[in-house]
Amino acid sequence: MAKNQSTSLDRKKMMADPILVTTIVVLIAFLTLFILYPLAILLVDSFVGDTGPTLSVFQRVLAMPSFETAITNTLTVGFLVGILATLIGLLFAYVEEYVELKSKFMKGLFSVVSILPVVSPPFVLSLSVIMLFGKSGIITRYLLGIYDNNVYGFWGIALVQVLTFFPVCYMMFRGLLKNIDPSLEEAARDMGASRWKVFTSVTLPLILPGMGNAFLVTFIESIADFANPMIIGGSYDTLATSIYLQITGAYDKQGASAMSVVLLSITLIMFILQKYVLEAKSTATLTGKASRARQPIDDRSVRVPLTILCGIIALFVTLMYICVPLGGLFKTWGYDFHLTTKWFQQVFTMHHGFEAFGDSFLLSFISAPITALLSMIISYLVVKRNFKAKPFIEFVSMLAMAVPGTVLGVGYIRGFSGGVFHTGFLQGLYGTSAILVIVFIVRSLPTGTRSGISALRQIDKSIEESAYDMGANSYEVFTTVTLPLIKDSFLSGLVTSFVRSITAISAVILLVTPSTLMITVQINEFAEKGAYGVACAFATILIAITYTAVALMNVAIKHFGTSAKIQAQSEEE
Amino acid sequence: MAKEKKGLRLEHVSKIYQDPKTGKDFYAVHDANLEIAPGEFVTLLGPSGCGKTTILRMIAGFESPNEGQIYLGGEPINELTPNKRDTAMVFQSYALLPHYNIFDNVAYGLKLRKMPKDEIQRKVTNILKMVGLEGMEDRMTNQLSGGQQQRVALARALVIEPGVLLFDEPLSNLDAKLRVDMRTEIRRIQQEAGITAVYVTHDQSEAMAISDRIIVMKKGLVDQVADPHTIYYQPVDEFVADFIGEANFLRGKLDAREGDEGTVSFEGHKIPVSGVSKHSAGDDVSLVLRPESARVADEGVLRCKVTLSRFMGHYQNYQVMVGDTLIKIQDFNPKNHKIYEVGDEAWVAFNRDDLHVL
Repeated sequence: MAKNQSTSLDRKKMMADPILVTTIVVLIAFLTLFILYPLAILLVDSFVGDTGPTLSVFQRVLAMPSFETAITNTLTVGFLVGILATLIGLLFAYVEEYVELKSKFMKGLFSVVSILPVVSPPFVLSLSVIMLFGKSGIITRYLLGIYDNNVYGFWGIALVQVLTFFPVCYMMFRGLLKNIDPSLEEAARDMGASRWKVFTSVTLPLILPGMGNAFLVTFIESIADFANPMIIGGSYDTLATSIYLQITGAYDKQGASAMSVVLLSITLIMFILQKYVLEAKSTATLTGKASRARQPIDDRSVRVPLTILCGIIALFVTLMYICVPLGGLFKTWGYDFHLTTKWFQQVFTMHHGFEAFGDSFLLSFISAPITALLSMIISYLVVKRNFKAKPFIEFVSMLAMAVPGTVLGVGYIRGFSGGVFHTGFLQGLYGTSAILVIVFIVRSLPTGTRSGISALRQIDKSIEESAYDMGANSYEVFTTVTLPLIKDSFLSGLVTSFVRSITAISAVILLVTPSTLMITVQINEFAEKGAYGVACAFATILIAITYTAVALMNVAIKHFGTSAKIQAQSEEE
Repeated sequence: MAKEKKGLRLEHVSKIYQDPKTGKDFYAVHDANLEIAPGEFVTLLGPSGCGKTTILRMIAGFESPNEGQIYLGGEPINELTPNKRDTAMVFQSYALLPHYNIFDNVAYGLKLRKMPKDEIQRKVTNILKMVGLEGMEDRMTNQLSGGQQQRVALARALVIEPGVLLFDEPLSNLDAKLRVDMRTEIRRIQQEAGITAVYVTHDQSEAMAISDRIIVMKKGLVDQVADPHTIYYQPVDEFVADFIGEANFLRGKLDAREGDEGTVSFEGHKIPVSGVSKHSAGDDVSLVLRPESARVADEGVLRCKVTLSRFMGHYQNYQVMVGDTLIKIQDFNPKNHKIYEVGDEAWVAFNRDDLHVL
């Protein structure tokens, strides 16, 4: 009995806040309809036949030898890429945090490596690898004299994915290593341990859960990746490409649903492992700030080889990105290196460049502020409020992170082409630009929410309570206190979601209709046809747009951001 | 200053929490019954985890009581959200809005009430003058010292003229000297504004200095409610006696009683006492003796041996053994007193009315 009064009072207090209640209801409806429902329909589709529940769809799909190969391929690539990207990411983070970088040039390279993957479309590196190592690749053909090098397949995918994903690991490790108190390592050193011994007996055990975390994150990214296997995979099919071909080539929507369920199960297991086992562990061991700055290692025998290794990798990555604009400027890659603007002209004269950029830009531009606002609202509710549906909202918005774009795309086709539950409800949505905007929102929501949550956790709860106490309702608290305090996170969420949307392909390619032109879909088309000049010209312009967006964001944060002020405030306490 | 001083009443208020480790429910606050008069300054005092902050947060509306009802100005407020309650809280961490300057911080509550601009201007200027921050309107909060931030927090709460002002350990982030200044200041401002105030602290000297009445809490229960003088000299139990100031407990047996008078046998001594009417002969009793009420002397009531003698400046600090009981004694202004050294045999002297019988 006693418990009930407090619960019912809490409920009454919440109900007295109609804006809050409406927001929660709308959020739950949105998350259910656009994340849970499409995934649920995949399950229904693959388990329920005309005559009731059946396993026949699965039996049919699993009996396909090509599907079995695809599973093996996907997992093999995932493991290899996960391990390599983790190790290279760790190397970079270690060098940045522990080793004295002597030259400005090296520091520049490091920041290039950390920013490039953020601004570039996911498949750009595939283009570069083909142009560098393919049949007419500069390195293979001209430097090494190999005329029939085949980059398509396993090694091509692996190389591209490692280079695409290791910067993410690098950023993760940088955060972890920064939080290790240097005195732990100094204590070990003081007791007579060599540098190597310190690394293996102190540093490594501390970041071991973090390594597992980085591995799983990369693994999920790798097996969910659609664009790279599509362009550089050749006949080496992965799950994501198989699903795509099953639906666009074989028109087997049921089969594709079953395949999607398989892919989704793998990513979900990894995601749950990552989120609930490793993420908690990797932060639990390292709490709080380091007590003081670390004395960087200036030992030549450590510094020189590590710096050189990082330098080579970073230079290589940079070179690959430089290839893209060059590819758009040469007459015929690999044969005729005269400069020309014809590819860039063709983008706009022959290939509807204006429409493609216009559409992509507009849709991303619409979805970005919605995503940013939505993720801030979710973060606010998750961190600062208490209500029954909170775990649901938190879980589902994070769940989207584990859903490969291809799976989401198939889910949307199955879920909305005939309306919700094939009733015709919301049928008008399918085939419109609106559904693309929704996909963009769903795909960017987890990253935005995650950054919003971590930003909000840093803000003392009593600041919002004080506003509440002064007489502000939930809406007023959110707009006058919360949002201004996480302006930085909001701005970066805005731009990240814009960049992610304008470079997205995996779900989009399944949902786009001929009337809408998307840049990424165009690039993919030209790359598959082998028209690298046009593809590169498209990609270059795309990178220019995204880079400008990120640059604008940094300027905006510098001038309007609040983080500096809050920092000073919290340090004083 | 306040529109209307409001009284506060808690009737059978309880709050149940779940222990995160064991998963068991426990009472953070158990059956609290309190009556706070309009304009009164009342302090909730107790060690951490005693439920004092929970009571405050229930009054503010951040927590909902599991049982009981809270009345503000005679109206039940259980169902009101914090923003609808006529309360204003001064937070431990000040909780100033870091993206606003001082003026906007103080004006925040008035703006929410859609008050005309010139009135806001006038009120904020007045209140900043009252807390001694005039001319600082344009500063950002991080340009202020801890004490100044505290004043802004206080001004922000005062300016909306709440029925009751709530303080959640507001001075705990300040250094010792500033703390003493600020508590005097808070008391002055509360008197000047004539506002009802509920103040939470674990610092007993703060509670003594600032309050009309003190509510001592222990493990979710209200232990004693009284004015500072009564709390200090007539504590209801050893917990209150020990928590407020320092205390020696002479635990013995009541030998004989006649009316209010009696004798207590303690470590082989017979101590004559008063105020034992509620006890009967043969009862175990505890006598509270404050260290500053006792002296070490050549003659007195209890035979003792000095085990510690240390000069502290404004007093000589002694520890003496009476039988197996250790007694702390503070001999103030010891300049012209006889100083006993460790190992000396002496007597503990005190007046009969300095003993309080529990």
